Amino acid sequence: AKSPNPFGKALFSILTKDHLSESDWEDVEDTLLRADVGAEASEQLVDELRADARVRGEKDPQAVRAMLREKLLALVDTGQDRSLAASRPGAAKPSVIIMVGVNGTGKTTTAGKLARLFVAEGKSVVMGAADTFRAAAAAQLQTWASKVGVQVVRAEREGADPASVAFEAAQQAKESGADLLIVDTAGRLQNKANLMDELGKIRRVVEKNLSVDEVLLVLDATTGQNGMVQAKVFAEAIGVTGIVLTKLDGSARGGIVVSVQRELGVPVKLVGLGEGPDDLSSFDPESFVDGILGGE
Amino acid sequence: MAAFSSLTDRLSNAFTHLRSKGKLSESDIDGTIREIRRALLDADVSLDVVRSFTAKVRERALGAEVSEALNPAQQVVSIVNDELTQILGAGVDRPLNFAKTPPTVIMLAGLQGAGKTTLAGKLGYWLKDAGHTPLLVAADLQRPNAVTQLQVVGERAGVPVYAPQPGVQTESSDVVSPGQATGDPVKVARDSIQEAQSKLYDTVIIDTAGRLGVDQELMAQARDIRDAVHPDEILFVIDAMIGQDAVQTAKAFDEGVDFTGVVLSKLDGDARGGAALSVASVTGKPILFASNGEGLKDFEVFHPDRMASRILDMGDILTLIEQA
Ligand SMILES: Nc1nc2c(ncn2[C@@H]2O[C@H](COP(=O)(O)OP(=O)(O)OP(=O)(O)O)[C@@H](O)[C@H]2O)c(=O)[nH]1
Ligand SMILES: Nc1nc2c(ncn2[C@@H]2O[C@H](COP(=O)(O)OP(=O)(O)OP(=O)(O)O)[C@@H](O)[C@H]2O)c(=O)[nH]1
Ligand SMILES: [Mg+2]
Ligand SMILES: [Mg+2]
Repeated sequence: AKSPNPFGKALFSILTKDHLSESDWEDVEDTLLRADVGAEASEQLVDELRADARVRGEKDPQAVRAMLREKLLALVDTGQDRSLAASRPGAAKPSVIIMVGVNGTGKTTTAGKLARLFVAEGKSVVMGAADTFRAAAAAQLQTWASKVGVQVVRAEREGADPASVAFEAAQQAKESGADLLIVDTAGRLQNKANLMDELGKIRRVVEKNLSVDEVLLVLDATTGQNGMVQAKVFAEAIGVTGIVLTKLDGSARGGIVVSVQRELGVPVKLVGLGEGPDDLSSFDPESFVDGILGGE
Repeated sequence: MAAFSSLTDRLSNAFTHLRSKGKLSESDIDGTIREIRRALLDADVSLDVVRSFTAKVRERALGAEVSEALNPAQQVVSIVNDELTQILGAGVDRPLNFAKTPPTVIMLAGLQGAGKTTLAGKLGYWLKDAGHTPLLVAADLQRPNAVTQLQVVGERAGVPVYAPQPGVQTESSDVVSPGQATGDPVKVARDSIQEAQSKLYDTVIIDTAGRLGVDQELMAQARDIRDAVHPDEILFVIDAMIGQDAVQTAKAFDEGVDFTGVVLSKLDGDARGGAALSVASVTGKPILFASNGEGLKDFEVFHPDRMASRILDMGDILTLIEQA
């Protein structure tokens, strides 16, 4: 906007006037910021919106909101395939899902919900409790699994090598001809290099028997700007094929995934909407965007 | 990506510019304030808190202390640091509240996965180390194997666990599904006080289920637990990675259980932790502890000055200015 202006200042300002007050625009930006879309992405969106509003000669804040909705939808709804690899026709058998993410985001819970979902579709599932670190992690996974009659491969003792558990689980899934293997891993903060390396190792040992067709990064909707760093580092460490956005039943909007999707080129596939077995749903761009806009 | 370039990077330009000019104009200050606003937002400080904070800084920056300063840029930085530390440090120096007649009751509350159960173990270990006789209480009867988890944590810490009800676990799950509540956490909490009295434990640490700020029913349950045990300390545990939701959640827990102190968890990560500022300024409650790891000893008294530098990447800024 700072290009030399051949028309003189007055004319230029008439041409660029978008009829809305600064505070109207601030309101629009606030909506995005409050949803954790982030300062840079919000600013960029608002700038684009301002340009569009000028072109269309839009004067009404409500109409601008509608334009924002369109814009966000276009940004979020990338046309990428949001189905799980295991649900696609011709999926590998066993198809593999590895759950990853920072501490406490909902990996084990989502693994449990997924197992239930696949069992309901008549598929046979094996689970690997490759979180050998956190207190009672395997027991927690077992509780979910036993509810739907799914076998869990777990270590004899706490502190065992998670990669060996993953290896064992892959082998058993292969031998038993299961349709699906779901591997739960320990939560880890992405700035811990040794723990991130461990993830790579988990993937590699599974690949000795099976090909890994899905790695789900579980992001907590309350997460702020750190979510972007999480996504990048996990993607580098193990590869990520999809995002699960959990705890969307709370007051957080999960706006960070707008940037995450764009930067990583990986779609949000599922959302967590509660602690119960059925509180898992596929990602719906419209309701996600409406959540952001309604988050005032 | 630019969003994560530090405040240092962004202010350095502004500051070299300012240093060469010596005197600050109102528009210099506004430019600097914009950078600070942006840095706070990138650090996840909530929008409303950012607004009131930058307004305060702006007001001070326009005053005599800056215009008369030898190095105005440095002065602005120290004002920011000052104001941050002040908000973060309100009431922080106080020790834990202990009861006049034991047992001292500490209740933990917070969102799902914030780090409550882990903290119970850390607190237990820390108190035991200081010569206390703590008892951990398993009042999360909802999250699968929360009770088992607390038992393992207690075992690792060498601290006994009161767990009269099993909660949701494999052995008992013929009636309950994961995610559904079972048993009576209020009763467990209430009975734990008698248990402590009769067995002479001097501190009771009650682990509760994670709950959302918007979940009225579960918030009422937390209140019922509180009213059954009259805690000397109610600690709100919040994840340092939380974004803009920090304020709404903190307010909900403040209204719900009127917590007495805050624990910031997962500070071993690389999140800037702006939530600390949000929670401290909207609730006025002190941040008492920092949790910084998964181990039993990864826990310390909260340091407001360190947190201030962390939020603003201030360590680097101070160096930068010193080099000028
Ligand atoms: N409200 C809500 N709670 C959830 C959701 N998903 C998981 N939780 C809760 O979040 C907490 C943590 O979930 P876990 O599944 O144990 O998370 P995790 O990622 O496996 O945790 P670690 O293994 O310790 O890293 C539990 O209390 C879950 O019940 C969700 O979608 N909504
Ligand atoms: N890195 C790190 N991890 C932590 C810290 N505190 C807790 N955790 C981890 O975070 C996850 C959740 O911790 P919990 O103590 O189970 O959290 P909670 O609040 O009891 O969770 P719910 O009972 O499900 O609501 C676990 O993986 C812990 O090991 C911390 O300070 N640093
Ligand atoms: Mg887990
Ligand atoms: Mg817990």
